Amino acid sequence: MTDTAWIDLALVSARPQAVGALLRYFRNLDTAEEAFQEACIRALKTWPKSGPPRDPAAWLIFVGRNSGIDKVRRQSRETALPPEEMLSDLEDQESDLADRLDGAQYRDDILRLLFVCSNPALPATQQIALALRIVSGLSVKQIARAFLVSEAAMEQRITRAKSRVAAAGLAFETPDAADRADRLAAVATMIYLVFNEGYSAMNGPESVSADLCEEAIRLGRLLLQLFPAEPEIMGLTALMMIQHSRARARFDADGAVILLEDQDRGLWDRPLINEALALIDRAMRHRQPGAYQIQAAIAALHARAERPEDTDWAQIDLLYQALERLQPSPVITLNRAVAVSKRDGPQAALAMIEPLADKLSGYFYFHGLSGHLLKQLGKVREARVAFDHAIALATNAAECAYIRMQLDKLGEEPGIESGRAEKR
Amino acid sequence: MLYAVFCYNQEDVTSAWSKEQDEKVMRDLAAVQSKYAEAGRLGPVARLQPTAAAMTLRHSHRETIVTDGPFAETKEQLLGFYVVDCASLDEALDFARDLSSANPAAGSYEIRPLALYKPSELAS
Repeated sequence: MTDTAWIDLALVSARPQAVGALLRYFRNLDTAEEAFQEACIRALKTWPKSGPPRDPAAWLIFVGRNSGIDKVRRQSRETALPPEEMLSDLEDQESDLADRLDGAQYRDDILRLLFVCSNPALPATQQIALALRIVSGLSVKQIARAFLVSEAAMEQRITRAKSRVAAAGLAFETPDAADRADRLAAVATMIYLVFNEGYSAMNGPESVSADLCEEAIRLGRLLLQLFPAEPEIMGLTALMMIQHSRARARFDADGAVILLEDQDRGLWDRPLINEALALIDRAMRHRQPGAYQIQAAIAALHARAERPEDTDWAQIDLLYQALERLQPSPVITLNRAVAVSKRDGPQAALAMIEPLADKLSGYFYFHGLSGHLLKQLGKVREARVAFDHAIALATNAAECAYIRMQLDKLGEEPGIESGRAEKR
Repeated sequence: MLYAVFCYNQEDVTSAWSKEQDEKVMRDLAAVQSKYAEAGRLGPVARLQPTAAAMTLRHSHRETIVTDGPFAETKEQLLGFYVVDCASLDEALDFARDLSSANPAAGSYEIRPLALYKPSELAS
């Protein structure tokens, strides 16, 4: 690795803690970010000569804080009256900087920083963009590329998100246990949004969106280090790891989706799966089931099956039932129908999803699954109608290509319309 | 003499490595190991999963407590270890030096002579 590469790495890994602490000092996202940038510039100047500091985050906080204070002082000279409260606050911080750095406070700093980006008042896209910019330190250009929008549009989206956050007011008091749990839940949702943005936009393991998945996993690991005994954070991180472990197997050379049962399981990232399985084992010991843990457990059953036919569908059905009880949703029922079709056949699954038609008529996967089940039952014409619906609702090229392939296969089927047993 | 060489690094730094960076480090470390392995002097090598996967069982006078996470919250975490057969402490230090120059993360290697060694039949 080159000299600047290790500095970059140190800056990236120190970023959440440093920006989190600077946000606590300055109580303003822009000031904190600028102070961190300033500290990074100085790090790039001095570290190559002096070698890395023993504690890069502490160094960056110290330097960033000083440059931020200078700036606040300059601004306060320019304006008529100094913001008294702010300045007196800053003096206090100078005195006890040392013990604060070593204190456990940094844990709440990072959580606050993540929480700022997880504000439920922000639409999902703004939460993701803000987190990638503020916490992960991705450039606007990188984020714009991941979202397939122009840089200017992304800049605007982030600016809008920042002003919303400022208007909502930041939560600076040290959270009590209940607040902390609420913040963790919001942050977990945001991290999963980042992951899903990457996961659903992906069209190959090397794409920009794969980076989003990895960044989300990194944030999950970070949270786990800060809160090692939170089973839902274990569940969330394990879930993302298992889903991402299949990145290399999910698409064919043309970028078309390969379904789970058709994937080359030898391409799955085993070390990542093992890490996830260890996390799930540990989460289960807490006996506080939650949605992420259940989804991770379902993913784990797939990961544990060496061949598709080894999958424990009965157990998956039970886990989906548990998930339905926890957060009833037609999408979960739809997923459960897949397990039911494997265990009890397509007819049973079709009967399960037919009542969902009203609620899920605009949902790609509903029509995709209907088409699949109808095809298995030999109802070619109805299957074609379902696939036609699906293709109209596809949101990316890979989904389109997959359905088109299904339609092509249907064309090869002899035109028997009913009464055909499942082909297997 | 058999030595254990323990690798301590900051986990938040090593887990920020991209897949490519991680693979490169593993390749560079493997090159160091193969030199010793070919000479028949390298024992077991282990890379540990992140400490987030760890649990600690602590035993005191009357009770046993199981907690999440590693035993101590320190800046550097135990990430892996080697067993190596070296003629002298100097040689063991050389091995650690080779490893550390192949590893871009700032951290430390602890070199410690073994008191007991039971090679296992465990298939890797």
